[in-house]
Order: sequence, then structure tokens, then C-alpha cells
Amino acid sequence: MAERAQPWGDHVAAVFIWTAAAVVTSVFVWMLADIVWNGAGQISWEFLTAPTDDAGRAGGIGPILVSTAMILGVCMAVSVPLGVGTAVLLSEFTGTNVTFGRLVRRSLDVLAGVPSIVFGLFGNAFFCHVLGLGFSILAGGLTLACMVLPILIRSTEAGLRAVPNEYRMGAAALGISRTSALWHVLLPAAAPGIVVGLVLGVGRAIAETAALLFTSGYVDRMPGSLFDSGRSLSIHIYDLSMNVAGGSANAYASALVLVALLVPINAGISWVADRWLHRRLVR
Amino acid sequence: MIPPAAPPAHTPASTQSRVLAAGARPMVEAQRVSVRYGKHVAVEDVTVSIGRQQITALVGPSGCGKTSFLGTLNRLSDLIPGCEVAGRVSVDGEDIRARGFDLVGLRRRVGMIFQKPNPFPLSVRRNLEFPLREHGVRDRARVAEVVEQSLRNVGLWAEVKDRLDAPALALSGGQQQRLCIARALALEPDVLLMDEPCSALDPLSSGVVEDLIGQLRAQYTVLIVTHNLAQARRIADNVALFWAQGGPGRLVEHAPTEAFFESPRDPLTIAYVGGLRG
Repeated sequence: MAERAQPWGDHVAAVFIWTAAAVVTSVFVWMLADIVWNGAGQISWEFLTAPTDDAGRAGGIGPILVSTAMILGVCMAVSVPLGVGTAVLLSEFTGTNVTFGRLVRRSLDVLAGVPSIVFGLFGNAFFCHVLGLGFSILAGGLTLACMVLPILIRSTEAGLRAVPNEYRMGAAALGISRTSALWHVLLPAAAPGIVVGLVLGVGRAIAETAALLFTSGYVDRMPGSLFDSGRSLSIHIYDLSMNVAGGSANAYASALVLVALLVPINAGISWVADRWLHRRLVR
Repeated sequence: MIPPAAPPAHTPASTQSRVLAAGARPMVEAQRVSVRYGKHVAVEDVTVSIGRQQITALVGPSGCGKTSFLGTLNRLSDLIPGCEVAGRVSVDGEDIRARGFDLVGLRRRVGMIFQKPNPFPLSVRRNLEFPLREHGVRDRARVAEVVEQSLRNVGLWAEVKDRLDAPALALSGGQQQRLCIARALALEPDVLLMDEPCSALDPLSSGVVEDLIGQLRAQYTVLIVTHNLAQARRIADNVALFWAQGGPGRLVEHAPTEAFFESPRDPLTIAYVGGLRG
């Protein structure tokens, strides 16, 4: 039996869809290949641990990695408890129609779209000057926390709302307190949403440059405490490629480290969420 | 607040003597209970006394307020946004709507089984342990004992004893529903509220759960919402008919099962039982 010929419209659509996918993928592959090609040669244990030298043209990125880790640590330590707490408040204690909840949600959506440079200026004015933290890792981390919070809250809230209401009713009917139900059933069941929020949030934080320029500064020494200024990887890349002649080789190498870091960080987030939340459930 | 209703057309009070022996203390009592969701009045002016260790079936067409009424008896209605309850509800003589009433204690004494089985996404064992621990039963040996006894009581022990740590959600629908009943029984309640517990199950599982409910009569006061008149007739000691005639749901007739089916008094009951209405 002869097969019916496909209408030509289907062929056009197929070609268009495949082309679009190929373009998107090739841009990503090209970027990655460029970074690996130009950066891989410099990567060594020495590069990862040594202090920077000659404004970054020589030496390594040891202090930069430490500063980045500290900024990210402050950011997560502040944003995770605040974010999960707010998400719990929004999804478990305020209905979708309550004015307060609507107001908070609307503000978060606006905040999520605010350009990072605005967060930088706010962080500089509030954390550096009003709170007197100066250019410091603490100020940078707190500014990043403000940026990450909307993403974290909204995806955690979405995760909690996706948990079937039967669990809440069932728990209440058994005389189980809301806190226990949250801790033992609802939050673990919402873990996938929390992971999405964390991955997106960390991704945004680790890639951030503009907001940190004004808050954590760009001193490339090894930081002694949270109150020292510290240069993050993204700022290091920006500085090397824009302000330092002859710094592009190390800029490439730093970019490769930054991209490579995302893999273990995301895997780590999934692992922790699974270990501490999801694993409590038995599916 | 709900304005006091006009005297009801039907007088459930007159049926009282048919259900409770003179002088018997009811387990659950509702006096002029009304439930509304915003402007919509779901139940109006229900007065009923439920005897101890009996099965009472709440029957009637969809949307006549049976489930809403059931929700007032363990105050789960508190959790529904916009839901307001008026009237007096007492369990074992205590006004459960009194200010500062111990809700956790109430829900321990008045268990609830939902239409759709709702075990937690935990293991079979943890489903039973979790509420027990919440209510302060922490001794390991004691917990294990209650877990086994509760599963035996619902006839599930033989089926799950080798997979207590398997996910509860992997059990069949009927097994899940029996697990939910076991979970409620583990807290040693006096009253069990059941909201169409068999309607989401296949006929075989439904039969097993129904037999189980029949056996609960000796120890528990059971209120079961059902759309299945044949089921009500098989398992219930008393039947209460709810009806919403264009307005809020009301209690039409409350009578011992045999009288309800053989010599109903209210014209609506006669029509409903005869299959003419509803």
C-alpha cells in the first residue's frame, strides 16, 4: 500500500524546527569550544591555587576562588532560609487571593526582572554605606541574596503548591501539626521545586558581575575575613578582558573554571536536596 | 453569622426516638448546624444525635451537604477558606466548637477517611509511625506493636508484612484505603468519619473495605457518607437522608436502617428509597 505523501507544510515546519534547534545548540557549543580551546592550556593546580600577579596577567586565581566561594556562601546562607520561609508563608499560610500574598508575589516578580546593576547600586547604598559594611564580601553576598531571593521563593512556592492538598488534609485530620506536616511531608515533596530555584539562583549569583563591582569590590588579594573586599571570578574575567592588556589568556582560563564550577555545584545541590529532603519520602 | 433559620419543614427531632434508646448518651450531637462557603449555604439547620458504636450512613443526592456536615464534626472545615459553621457540635458531651478547644485531641478522637485514599508518600510503616510519634507514642517496641495490630485490624498485615518499608503509594487502591483506616485506628479514636471511602475503589477492593467497615461497628462510632443505598442497607445501623431542594442541604429523615427502607415517613425518603428521586 502506498503511503500518503506528507503535506509540504509539515516538511517546512520540520526543517524550521530542526534549524532553530541546531542554531541554538551550535551557539552554545561554539562558546564552550572557544573557552576550552583558549583556556584549557593554562589550567593547572598552580593556576587554581597561586595568588594573582601582575594584575592577573600572571599567577593564578587562588584568592579569586576563595572570594567567590565566600560570596556565594554568604548569599546562600542568607537566601535559602529566608527564601524557603517566605515560600512556606506564601503557599501554606496565605491563599492565592489574599491581598498580602498578591502584593508579595507581585513585588517578587518585579524584583526578579530588575537589572542587576540596580541591585548593585542598592547594595552599595544600603549595605556598604548605610550599614557601614564598606566594600566587603559580606556586602556582596547580601546583595546577591537580594537578587536570588525572588527566584528561590517563586520556584519553592510553585513546588509547594504542586504538592497534593490531600496530604495537608490527611495530616490535619490525624491531628498532625502544620509544622510537622511541612517538615516531614510537604517540604520533602516540594524538593524538586526547591532544587530548581537553587540551581537557577546559584547560576545567577555566580555569573553576577555588575552587582558585585559596587559591593564586594575587586581587590584581588586573599580575603582575611567577610569584611575584606574580594574579587569574584566573574569580575576577574571582566577585569582581565576589559581593563588589562594581555590578560585574555587568563580570562579564558578563568571562564573555563567558572563554567566547570557550575557542574559540581549543581550536582551538589541536587545531592543535598535529595539527601536531606527527598530521601525522607519513599516513593 | 448565619441568621436563625425558619422552622424546618421536616422535623428530624420527631425521628429521634426511633434512633436512640431513651436515656442513651449520644456520641456525636449536632444542634442546628449550618455550614456556608461565602454566600453559598451548603447545610442548614441540621440537628441530629448519633449513638455510640453504631454505623450511621449519610445518604442523599450529590451536593446536599453530607460531606460539608461531616467536616464540621472534626473541624476540618476550619481549613477551608471562607467556610463558616454555626450551631453546636458536641462529641461525647463536649462542645468541640468552644473557644480554645483542644483540636489535636479532637482529631485524635475523631478520625477521618477520605474519598480518595491519601497515604503519605512515605513507607507503609512510616505512614503509621508518623502520626503515632506526633501524638507522643515514642517507645519503639510500643510503636511496632501498634503498627502490627493496626494492620491486622484492617486485614492488611499478611499482605504487607514483608514490605513494610516499601512505598505506601505502591499499594493497590484498596490496600491504600485500608492503610488509611489503619492509620486512623492506630490513634485509638472513638469516632470514624468516612467520606465515600469505597467510591474510588474497584468493586473487589470496595467489597473488602466495606466488610472491614462492618466489623468496626463493635468498637467505633462510624459516620459514613455514601451514594450507594445498597451499601448503606448492608452495613448501617441507622440511615440519615440529606436533601437540598433548590437551597441548602437539610436533614430529612434519620431512622434505623430497616425502618428507613421499609417504612420511611418522609415523602422524599419514600421517593428516594423507591428510586424515584435523586
